Amino acid sequence: MNEASLGQAAAAQAAAASSTMGKAGRPPAWTGGYWPFVLPAVVVILAVILFPWVFTIWMSGQEWKLGQGSSFVGLANYWRMTGDDRFIESFWHTLSYTALSVILPILVGTIAAVVFNERFMGRGVLRALFVLPMMATPVAIALVWTMMFHPQLGVLNYLLSLVGIPPQLWVFHPGSVIPSLVLVETWQWSPLVMLIVLGGLSSIPTEPYESAVIDGASRWQLLRHITLPMVAPFIMVAALIRTIDAVKSFDIIFAITQGGPGTASETINLYLYSVAFAYYDIGYGSAIAVIFFGLVVALSVLMVWLRQRTQWSEAGAAA
Amino acid sequence: MSLKAILDRTLLWVCVFLLVSPAVLFFVWMISLSLKYEIDNGAYPPILIPETVAWENYAEVLKSNRFGTYFINSILVTGAATLIGLVVGVPAGYGLARMKARRTAMLILIARMTPGLSYLIPLFLLFRWMGIMGTLWPQIIIHLVLTVPIVIWIMISYFETTPMELEEAALIDGATRWEVFRHVALPIAKPGVVVAMILAVIFSWNNFVFGIVLAGRETRTLPVAVYNMISYDQVSWGPLAAAALIVTLPVLVVTLIAQRQIVAGLTAGAVKGG
Repeated sequence: MNEASLGQAAAAQAAAASSTMGKAGRPPAWTGGYWPFVLPAVVVILAVILFPWVFTIWMSGQEWKLGQGSSFVGLANYWRMTGDDRFIESFWHTLSYTALSVILPILVGTIAAVVFNERFMGRGVLRALFVLPMMATPVAIALVWTMMFHPQLGVLNYLLSLVGIPPQLWVFHPGSVIPSLVLVETWQWSPLVMLIVLGGLSSIPTEPYESAVIDGASRWQLLRHITLPMVAPFIMVAALIRTIDAVKSFDIIFAITQGGPGTASETINLYLYSVAFAYYDIGYGSAIAVIFFGLVVALSVLMVWLRQRTQWSEAGAAA
Repeated sequence: MSLKAILDRTLLWVCVFLLVSPAVLFFVWMISLSLKYEIDNGAYPPILIPETVAWENYAEVLKSNRFGTYFINSILVTGAATLIGLVVGVPAGYGLARMKARRTAMLILIARMTPGLSYLIPLFLLFRWMGIMGTLWPQIIIHLVLTVPIVIWIMISYFETTPMELEEAALIDGATRWEVFRHVALPIAKPGVVVAMILAVIFSWNNFVFGIVLAGRETRTLPVAVYNMISYDQVSWGPLAAAALIVTLPVLVVTLIAQRQIVAGLTAGAVKGG
């Protein structure tokens, strides 16, 4: 089975090689002439992605409230952020929310991938059920979670009482609001991690397992020393995607708490919404948007760097 | 079966149960909430299956004066954004795959990393200036931010794996690049187009942040309409849960039917909208 697919791959490679050789006769023509296919997309991307970018950067240098005139103020909007306590607070909320919303789904999702990689009855159906939360409309599920979090009438406190845990205030207390929201985030996004890691697991060759089993390795040793190192790159890809999504998280927080109680769960994204679309402070909002994008990029670069480090250290460990 | 094997199996099933039950219990509870009268929803200890089922909750949502409008709005916005996304994105994915322009995938990654709100500020001003704020066009246009990158991303990876031999033969026989695309590449890539379409539909349907800023009273999509139910009307839990279920049901059904394609699409590009 394995050999057969290897054979196919080799055949495909041979075919690819022969087609490259065929190209040699009339070199540039094959990759040329395709730009008309791309042109409409380029126009759309310029209009809805690039234009907003350039315009945002320009606006971030303006003092501009909607309905009033604008005037150029240089970097004043950026300077204003350093003295804006609400912005600084939202910055820390974003970091703690993101850290938890990456780590927990990675843990649950990786365990789920290992479990769903086993063969058992009804695996397809059960996996589909596990994936459902990820595809559901965030606002709709946020509404139901809000009802479940209700301190008196919510089903969660009832479930806790069954195992003897006193009722919690969940999203209604500043101290527990971020962990409660992360619970929803973990519930919703562990499936994405599972799918990515599962893709990785299914690509692992069986040979290392076979020789390890012959050498008398235990199940745990197989997981720890073969499976995890081999899927580590996939886990890191999942972590990168999770980081990008968690920093930008909006729907769940907005629909459940609107950043409250007070500003206890206000992340940068929610503060940005208030500044731009509740106070209509376009200039300052644009500056926050630019810094916010910078944060997303910085965290992504950090994750890519971590990924390269894990690969390097594994190579070191293997050697 | 040895004792160890039995233990292994038991552990596996405990894990499966622990993983799947939060998802199942949530949706079961959602259905339960949507089918109970106010008095049952406020009961303690909570009631899972009520003695009398409140089908009226659904009737109330469906007959409330604007729900039909919002449903049609959602279909128009998602339909138009997906259609334009496919018309623009499928040829682009093809062109980029054949030009071997892998770097452009970076651009799509950047589009993905950009917070939705940073598109909203400039486009909001642009739409106001154009005077189209009362229509569905602002939402259709901004949903292209979701659909176009997804479609391009998935189609690039799909066209990269389709064999080139037929296309080369057609080119040698004198077909134009458009004819090759239309009659050779596109028919082979149909499954990829389906995956791209499903994901574009789901991400567009689920989107909330664009609507909350750009939708007026007449142009709300379903997620925004449901959100407004909690903030403005003091509705009871039953109808609210019923509305939430109606909004997300189409997506859940599509997910269950097309699970295989969705998994393939998500793991190929590992993308999500928003």
